[in-house]
Amino acid sequence: MLHLSWLIIAVPLASAAVILLAGRAARKWGHWLAVAASATTVIVGIGAFVQMLGLDRGDRAFHETLFRWIPGGELSVDAGILVDPLSMSFVLLVSVVGTLIHVYSVAYMEHDPRRSTFFAYLNLFIAAMFLLVLADSYLLLFVGWEGVGLASYLLIGFWNQKSEFATAANKAFIVNRIGDMGLILAMALMFAHLGSVDFAHAFAAAPGASTGVLTAIGLALLLAACGKSAQFPLQSWLGDAMAGPTPVSALIHAATMVTAGVYLVVRSGPIFAGAPNALLAVAAVGAITLVMGAIIGMAKDDIKKALAASTMSQIGYMMLAAGLGPVGYAFAIFHLLTHGFFKAGMFLGAGSVMHGMDDQVNMRRFGGLATLMKFTWVTFGLGWLAILGVPPFSGFWSKDKIIEAAFIGDGWKPWVFGLTAMLGAGLTAYYMSRLFFMTFYGGKRWTDDQHPHESPLMMTVPMMILAAGSAVLGLVLARGNAFTAWLEPVTGTVAHGEPVLAVPLIMTLTLILVALGVAAAYFQYVSRPVPITEPRASVLTLAARRDLFQDTVNGALVQWPGEVLTRIAVYADAAAIDGAVNKTASGTAGLGEVVRKLQTGKVRSYAATMLVGVVILLAIVVKGGR
Amino acid sequence: MNPMNYVILATVLFSVGATAVLLRRNAIIAFMGIELMLNASNLLLVTFARVNGAIAGQVDAFAVLVVAAAEVVVGLAIIIALSRSRQNISLDEPSEMKG
Repeated sequence: MLHLSWLIIAVPLASAAVILLAGRAARKWGHWLAVAASATTVIVGIGAFVQMLGLDRGDRAFHETLFRWIPGGELSVDAGILVDPLSMSFVLLVSVVGTLIHVYSVAYMEHDPRRSTFFAYLNLFIAAMFLLVLADSYLLLFVGWEGVGLASYLLIGFWNQKSEFATAANKAFIVNRIGDMGLILAMALMFAHLGSVDFAHAFAAAPGASTGVLTAIGLALLLAACGKSAQFPLQSWLGDAMAGPTPVSALIHAATMVTAGVYLVVRSGPIFAGAPNALLAVAAVGAITLVMGAIIGMAKDDIKKALAASTMSQIGYMMLAAGLGPVGYAFAIFHLLTHGFFKAGMFLGAGSVMHGMDDQVNMRRFGGLATLMKFTWVTFGLGWLAILGVPPFSGFWSKDKIIEAAFIGDGWKPWVFGLTAMLGAGLTAYYMSRLFFMTFYGGKRWTDDQHPHESPLMMTVPMMILAAGSAVLGLVLARGNAFTAWLEPVTGTVAHGEPVLAVPLIMTLTLILVALGVAAAYFQYVSRPVPITEPRASVLTLAARRDLFQDTVNGALVQWPGEVLTRIAVYADAAAIDGAVNKTASGTAGLGEVVRKLQTGKVRSYAATMLVGVVILLAIVVKGGR
Repeated sequence: MNPMNYVILATVLFSVGATAVLLRRNAIIAFMGIELMLNASNLLLVTFARVNGAIAGQVDAFAVLVVAAAEVVVGLAIIIALSRSRQNISLDEPSEMKG
């Protein structure tokens, strides 16, 4: 089925086009067509996967040129797809999680009048996401990159009748533009110095390029990754992106699209191989975001925003792993896969809670839902255990590997990155337990007119499947280092380094921190009643509630200077450019005012003027003649 | 013949004509002044043609006569139109062309 891989992109794209073109006619069947299109990608994906497993490890890269895309002399780009273990991992993640979320959305969006449009956008999104991961060149990847950005924009602003939702969509789009600029710059640098933008040629030329060039390309790629993956300093859009319907948050803003930055870094491994400083920057960005997301997550009362902060933090882990170089690439992707499952599961759980609570998102208004929403509680609980990194759930296998890998190396780096990652695990345990306890345990804090109830099977079954994935996926993939070996053709073989601390010690310390985090959350939110209004809090908590002032900082650093610049430009335009034109016009008019006084309309004054003129001319002629 | 006499006569004629145009309000009188100036120039053309023995000046005089005839037709028509619309032909009254 490998040679049919193009169908993975084409089918959902065609389905999106059909639904959008059919318009109102698609209201009855649009969502089922979308589900079918998504399910097709699972079938083709699994077929291709099975066929790939049958190949030798070295031959597991299927490359097919579809058509000559941009024939342009020195820069000729063919549109082609590259199916290798890395893109195959993404194909399976996106198709499986995507299809489950499609099914879930059928029930979740049941009462929305624009349901078929929603499904068309979802299909558009998965088509673009597949294009992103299957592209064989940066330029084609960029098309998918922009495609997912567009779908994300359309879906965040799906309920754009609310102006703040529309603003959130714009914010996501604009912040992402900054990242996109990085990708464009990276492509320009590649073309100038490596001579090509397709993976095969660019990577072949990379070892011959200078470190400075590769560092510049690496940093530009990092900027792109920061935008798409909501990493520091371009992280501010993700929290607001929760304005979209919850399935969108699960699919796009947790499981798949936001991980595209990690994919970009891992895919560009051969470029980063020659740019250790760029790689260090990747790791630093990951470490900063990891802590930042966790701190924000600890203070948020909005269940979706807390999950969004957690997503940021977990992607921080992946970036940190990717920034460790080849030793961390496989773990970054591993964590990406497990995270895709447990975070999507938890988002769907949050959606199920909102569904039963009349779209309430404030966790201070939840409480005691464990008995009323049993399926949601259990599935969410499995996701919770997975993200905490409790063995043997999947997060343990992936996150623990990242923490271990972060401790590998020499000098100050393993200590800084390793301890940050370890501390992050404790913070994660605290904020996720806080979220879990506030929602499902403690006293009932909802308002009298709310009647929490379990969601229909159409919603809970996808949650169960994702929860099963959260529970066992890590174990399955980690057994015998199966996943690392699977990705080896892409990430390359690395000599196994030893962490600066003993592995069992790292594991024990991490688990102790996790236990401490859970215990702290337990004493704060289960043993004691949770106040319905936000209690007075320390400066740090207040800062975290306001997303660590990210909007204020962006406003002061970017928006305010931008506004000043525009005002100056507007003033200069009005005063100098328009001014010059207007002054010329009014000067001419003024001169006309003066000159028209000469036109008296009297015949005799004209005659006198003529006479004077003739006399003067004669005088000149006579003088000149002499 | 002494061409100076003719030149002096032409100068006098031209001055009389110009003065009439500048000082008289009556359109007919001013018009007559214009004719006087034209004829003064005609006289000079013919005089200098004789002095130089060239025929071109005399031909030019004819051209001026023709133009003057045409001008008289237009001018008189204007004056008649003026007198019809205003019941007088004073040159100082019409000022529609004032800027």
